[in-house]
Amino acid sequence: MFDTEKVRQDFPILSRKVYDLPLIYLDNAATSQKPRSVIQSLTSYYEEYNSNVHRGVHSLSMEATDQYEDARKKVAQFIGAEEPESIVWTRNTTESINLVAKTWAQRNINAGDEIVVSQIEHHSNLVPWQRVAKQKNATLRFIPMANDGSIEMDVADSIISERCKLLAIVQTSNSLGTIHPVKELALRASSVGAKVLIDGAQSVPHMPVDVTDLNCDFLAFSGHKMLGPTGIGVLYAKRDVLEQMEPFLTGGEMVLQVSYQDATWNELPMRFEAGTPNIADAIALGAAVDYLSSLGMENVRIHETQLTQYALEQFKTIEDLDVFGPTDPTKRGGIVSFHSNDVHPHDLGTLLDRQGIAIRTGHHCTMPLMTKLGLPATARASFYIYNTEAEIDLLVDGVKSGLRYFNDGVPSN
Amino acid sequence: MAFHQIDALYHKVILEHSTQPRNTAVLSTFHVETNGLNPFCGDETHIQILLDSRERVDKIGVQTNGCRINKASGSMLAEAIVGKSVSEIENLSVLFKRFIKSDLLLPHDVQVLGNLQNMEGVKNAPIRMKCVLLAWSTLDDGICGYRNP
Repeated sequence: MFDTEKVRQDFPILSRKVYDLPLIYLDNAATSQKPRSVIQSLTSYYEEYNSNVHRGVHSLSMEATDQYEDARKKVAQFIGAEEPESIVWTRNTTESINLVAKTWAQRNINAGDEIVVSQIEHHSNLVPWQRVAKQKNATLRFIPMANDGSIEMDVADSIISERCKLLAIVQTSNSLGTIHPVKELALRASSVGAKVLIDGAQSVPHMPVDVTDLNCDFLAFSGHKMLGPTGIGVLYAKRDVLEQMEPFLTGGEMVLQVSYQDATWNELPMRFEAGTPNIADAIALGAAVDYLSSLGMENVRIHETQLTQYALEQFKTIEDLDVFGPTDPTKRGGIVSFHSNDVHPHDLGTLLDRQGIAIRTGHHCTMPLMTKLGLPATARASFYIYNTEAEIDLLVDGVKSGLRYFNDGVPSN
Repeated sequence: MAFHQIDALYHKVILEHSTQPRNTAVLSTFHVETNGLNPFCGDETHIQILLDSRERVDKIGVQTNGCRINKASGSMLAEAIVGKSVSEIENLSVLFKRFIKSDLLLPHDVQVLGNLQNMEGVKNAPIRMKCVLLAWSTLDDGICGYRNP
């Protein structure tokens, strides 16, 4: 296990104050904070070797290219991919999923086919498939969920039929924290000849994820949720699947030869990376992977499971508050959504902010789920490597104080 | 734990209006009916206005769902426009939006706002601007629909 206090010292932002109070950052599902090594990586790039990659014959370009492709190798190893050619840089999870929707799906989904998702998908893994289904006259089907976000495998089995061409499923729900059994779901999907896309935005940063073990065809995730900068994301795809896919964006870098009338495509993965890439942020994501690897992803998972267990226990001491997601902390990520009938999440979130506590409130880009739960919004706390039980104590006290403020009109001391 | 400057945002007038909103009865007859929704947070506002023979607000019904700021805003809007003409409502709406966005107002215009000035704390919480303005944008839509049937 790692020393959380030591980890906290690596994050400059954690020493800032909010309204003269220590910052308690519990909004990691929205974005994570950055260690000094990632920030330094960006500064070093721009101060020492900023240059465009791949095409230059001068030293700076070669250094930049080495670092950029090294980062790609690091990410490949981090998720257990066999080769770096399976790693396509994108902007974020949303762009990764859209890339699949606009290339692979356009060619492989036909009228009468089915795309299967779950009822707790983030909009980024729902809206693109709605569009594909409408464009191709295919059917979008939903694996139903229990109120804690869990799914029943025998129900899922019956929905993933021979008509299913794609199973697109979130591994860890950003709203409820539920961890889906994606390996078993992928097995079922591939047994009927369907391809499998996993939304790993909330899982890859928080637990060991191995694409070879999961046997998924696509995995999408974002750099900024795993200590990396904003603006860089990853689409992993099996090499043979990627080989068959048409390009997403066209132009420079992704071509081999171009005449006035025609063009041939570059090798993998550059075929899917048109134009000057996000060089600095890809390299910085490599630095983020180094940092997480030094902690060990098994340890990251243990730390968060302990925090979540503690949070669930402490939340039980708050009266008249609904807490969502599985009660078993091993079946969920470090994401806890809660709701009070008396105090709207936005009001509660504001009160917490005035106590230096950052949580998220709203529909969390899961509007259909909120409608299913009968709620306009929830409040959500989400944990990461630098959070502590002491911070959870302050969160719980803060929620109690906030509820008292609105119910009794008196701030608590 | 004292909450930093929270009483400026959740002024006691706002808390009172959000806990006991005024003019919430649903009207059976009305000249204006309009709905507003903020899908990002689920705030909802439903406004009905019955005008008298001089086109002044005779009765108003405002029902809101959502956060305290939205609820208070709907209630304070209802209180502010009773007895006002359609033109006066239009002017008040413009003034309130300018006030809440920190535009400079003449002293006379500030006086026209009356109790609505208690919403001043929202100026320092820009993220809650949509909450306070939902009722007013809903009202604007309703008045526009009345002017252009």
